[in-house]
Amino acid sequence: MHTKRIIPCLDVKEGKVVKGINFVGLKEVGDPVQLAKKYYEQGADEIVFLDIGATHENRDTMVDVVNQVAKAIFIPFTVGGGIRSVEDMRKMLLAGADKISLNSAAIKDPQLIEDGAKIFGNQCIVVAIDAKKRDDGTGWNVYINGGRIDTGMDLIEWTKKALDLGAGEILLTSMDADGTKEGFDIEMLRAVNTFANVPVIASGGCGSLKDFKEVFQEDVADAALAASLFHYNEVSVKEVKEFLDEAKIPVRM
Amino acid sequence: MIAIIDYGMGNLHSVENALIKIGAECKITNQKEEIYKADGIILPGVGAFQDCMNNLNDLSLVEVIKTIVEQGKPLLGICLGMQVLFEKGYEGTECEGLGILKGNIVLMKDQSVKIPHIGWNRLERNKDDFLFDDLKNNVFVYYVHSYYASDYQDDDLVAYSNYGSLKIPGYVHKNNVLGMQYHPEKSGEDGLEMLKKFKEMCK
Repeated sequence: MHTKRIIPCLDVKEGKVVKGINFVGLKEVGDPVQLAKKYYEQGADEIVFLDIGATHENRDTMVDVVNQVAKAIFIPFTVGGGIRSVEDMRKMLLAGADKISLNSAAIKDPQLIEDGAKIFGNQCIVVAIDAKKRDDGTGWNVYINGGRIDTGMDLIEWTKKALDLGAGEILLTSMDADGTKEGFDIEMLRAVNTFANVPVIASGGCGSLKDFKEVFQEDVADAALAASLFHYNEVSVKEVKEFLDEAKIPVRM
Repeated sequence: MIAIIDYGMGNLHSVENALIKIGAECKITNQKEEIYKADGIILPGVGAFQDCMNNLNDLSLVEVIKTIVEQGKPLLGICLGMQVLFEKGYEGTECEGLGILKGNIVLMKDQSVKIPHIGWNRLERNKDDFLFDDLKNNVFVYYVHSYYASDYQDDDLVAYSNYGSLKIPGYVHKNNVLGMQYHPEKSGEDGLEMLKKFKEMCK
């Protein structure tokens, strides 16, 4: 019984977990190691850390966080944000991360996906994509720099390219749904999941237990990611798992 | 002391962190003398079959591993480290493995599921084993792989997972040799419990 994964996401800035809405208005919500441990104990299947204030000066702060996390939790975890070279990847993997998430850097330098996949294996390379529906409704555009810049690139085209280059997983964030708490962007996820031959992680918009159920019942994702819902203790990972188990969705209990 | 064999592949520190967590004395090493001194060895690994075997050959560790097994010391192969315990690997080209267990490593083929097989899957029991003495019935473990063991001896298979139409050998055990296709060091508290059982073997 292969299970659907529940993944809490921690946005980290200068060594602290923060949370904003639609990528703005950041609030501090806690210590990354403590939060990671809490979610581990609640039964999280995996954890994603995104270093959103990534500059060269505080790069070492993140390496230190990763190091501590690796000693505290015994489930896979992914680190992203500000990773721009194979060397950056190596540093995070050596510190204990299992996977690397590439977003803006992969668009600016797609070779990074291929190089990372070749050296560390496809399973190590998660390509994170932030996308927003075009005004004319014909599809979605890919955004970079934390949702600030429209690349003009089509979501489907970019995803296909990322897969060709060796992406092992796709972390897909809907900017339209993010922060609304009105549910995952099923339409956008379906558009990608129908052709993706690697796991797709749904992100953005999760506001309640039924949103997790919906994304899995619609069969448009292999994993679901949420942040504020967990950080503000609205629901625990354990509650999500119990709810999904009741709904006959395969989860690790 | 448990020796974690360093042959230049894989995240050795995850295994080390997990062993430290369960209070096992351990050392990451590729030195023959250290490995011979150990009470048990772990062969971890992420990557390609052939690269792994080439590295083990270059470091002259193939004979060391085989000798340790003949001496009756416990050996645990994890993921790729489990795969090379078998006779042959077919990742790209045909490549000879350590041949400690009967069977071959082949590509997973099933159009109905995504490959690599990434994520948590339930272990189904093929037979009883000491590893499960203190575990509940439903055990989930974390897998990341594209190749799996085939033509193995059913008697060596303790537990497997179902993935699409595929039956994935998850845990094999023959005498003092253990192999886990999944990552016990990343399989939460149940995974740590399994490593504890291995630690108890290493005395």
